[in-house]
Amino acid sequence: MAKKLRYALYTGCTAKESTPELLKSTLAVAEKLGIELDIIEEASCCGASHLQDFDDHLSLVLNARNLCYAESREAPMVTLCNTCQLNVSMTKNRLDFDNKLKDRVNQDLSEVGLEYKGVSDVKHFLYAILEDYGLENLKKKIVKPLKNFNVAPFYGCHNIRPSSLHGKNNGGENPYVPNSLDQLIEACGGKPVDYEEKNKCCGFHADLQAPETANKLSGNALTGAVDADADFMVTPCPLCHLNLDVKQKKAGEAVGREVNIPVLHLPQVIGLALGIEPEKLGLNHHVVKAVYF
Amino acid sequence: MEKSIQTKNITVKVFRFNGDTDVLPYYKEYKLEVSQEDVVLDVLNRIKWEHSGSLSYRRSCRHGICGSCAVKVNNKGVLACKERVFDLIDLFGDELVIDPLNKQRVIKDLVIDKKDFWDKYDAVQPYLVADVEEEPEKENLVTPDEVEKIADADYCIQCGACYYSCPVIEVNPEFIGPAAFAKAYRFTSDNRDDAKIERLETVSQMGSGVWDCVKCFECAQVCPKDVNPIDKITRLHQQTFQEGVAESNVATRHAVGFKHSIEQHGFLDEGGLVFYSEGPLGMVQHIPEAVNMFKNGKIPMPWNLPKSKNLEEIKKIVKISSTAKF
Ligand code: SF4
Ligand code: SF4
Ligand code: FES
Repeated sequence: MAKKLRYALYTGCTAKESTPELLKSTLAVAEKLGIELDIIEEASCCGASHLQDFDDHLSLVLNARNLCYAESREAPMVTLCNTCQLNVSMTKNRLDFDNKLKDRVNQDLSEVGLEYKGVSDVKHFLYAILEDYGLENLKKKIVKPLKNFNVAPFYGCHNIRPSSLHGKNNGGENPYVPNSLDQLIEACGGKPVDYEEKNKCCGFHADLQAPETANKLSGNALTGAVDADADFMVTPCPLCHLNLDVKQKKAGEAVGREVNIPVLHLPQVIGLALGIEPEKLGLNHHVVKAVYF
Repeated sequence: MEKSIQTKNITVKVFRFNGDTDVLPYYKEYKLEVSQEDVVLDVLNRIKWEHSGSLSYRRSCRHGICGSCAVKVNNKGVLACKERVFDLIDLFGDELVIDPLNKQRVIKDLVIDKKDFWDKYDAVQPYLVADVEEEPEKENLVTPDEVEKIADADYCIQCGACYYSCPVIEVNPEFIGPAAFAKAYRFTSDNRDDAKIERLETVSQMGSGVWDCVKCFECAQVCPKDVNPIDKITRLHQQTFQEGVAESNVATRHAVGFKHSIEQHGFLDEGGLVFYSEGPLGMVQHIPEAVNMFKNGKIPMPWNLPKSKNLEEIKKIVKISSTAKF
């Protein structure tokens, strides 16, 4: 790599609260790989794909404001959560293609001395590693390959759909046959397993009002992975992680099965293969413990 | 000079089932040479004409407008008459599996019973409700801006590709589904329509309505006419608040709760948000998970709750940029 990679890190809420291990492991992996992550401490919540149901304009302005702080750092924004990625890039897309809307948003932002320009890209950490850092470079740093592990990739919706939005920042991932996580698992020395639910929804966004729906969708994903003989699952999305790990018992019950499968965050898997100690990756924070490490 | 036509050899596996003779469905394999001009319907026609006259599938217009020919190829919902085989080869390679939109609803081969789809479509009154004078004195004007609001929703051809790709439909048979929601929006956003409130009440019912959507974007991805149903669902959410139709329940409080949380902390107070949405009684059901989360260091103490730097700025933005009330 010619130039040191540098990003403005938008952590989102979940990595700071209910999945602290995600932030911890991301920072550990970035340090090990020599990627500079400048945390946007000024940021607010992205609205998690719920705020805009109530107030679209407020959601736009808040997300544009977050982008302003990546722009002022003169760096592309990197996200850790599929839903953050969706909300930020949807905002960016709408503002970049609609000058009237951008002006309206900038009018509000000017009240706090900010201006959205549209000069910072936004991509999920998964694709920063894959597209910018490069798998070949990553492979050179692997010291503890995840040999003998069958790993079930769980992609999560908001990184891959709609492809018209994400295409240019996710390496043109095919939403029907995604393979970025599969490649990453292989680069880390593991064996990716194939199962029908790997690109399906975990139901997170209806957890509160429709728990039966959410639990069944998560349950199908978990049993899909178990039946494909996976030792553990890996996901780039902390919201999927909450449903698959914290709610695993209920999700299993919803589909009439007892399930017990660890679910790892993407940077934890990379971190393990890079030889970072499990405690530094926060594996102790999981409800279903990854006993192998 | 002769124009060279590029061709490729593919294997097509087609879902076959005839209730009169078959105990179980099966896949029948055909090998074909296809050109860059061919769409999926050409493949089906050739199989029927050259290999197996008994193959059943729906088609009519062959112009992407009647909505009858939707099937799934390697799990991707497509209009058979619009989808180029070469594009599918790019996505999936040279082995294509053609399935009906929904295997549980097969009548024969690729033909399914769409009754559930149509019943839900009917439930949103998919027509203009208005007292139209029989001999109007003047035009009923609709401005270009107003047309633009509904145009993409109006392009729906009821092919069902979104509906039979929606994961909620698979687990909750009550769910109205993306196509009918898009249709409801097409009329709630039409200024000539008199049934806006009634429609919004229908689509905001808990269990069947928009709040049960899991926001997976399957419908936006699959739609061959770019209707973008999830976008219309979002707008229906917004309209229920704008028109005062939204009732106070766990889903509406959850959406609104984000604003309060952001105003107070910049970031979410996850526990506080669940409490605000569920109320003290509803909170009880989350206790076992909360205990588990607490034990594993997943619940920050109130004094450790993350707060944004520049919180004052966020508070100001929330104040000046808020446009909705509840
Ligand atoms: S976004 Fe909603 S309506 Fe669309 S397919 Fe997903 S759950 Fe169904
Ligand atoms: S919204 Fe699109 S996919 Fe759904 S029925 Fe209409 S045209 Fe078909
Ligand atoms: S045959 Fe009419 S839409 Fe395909």
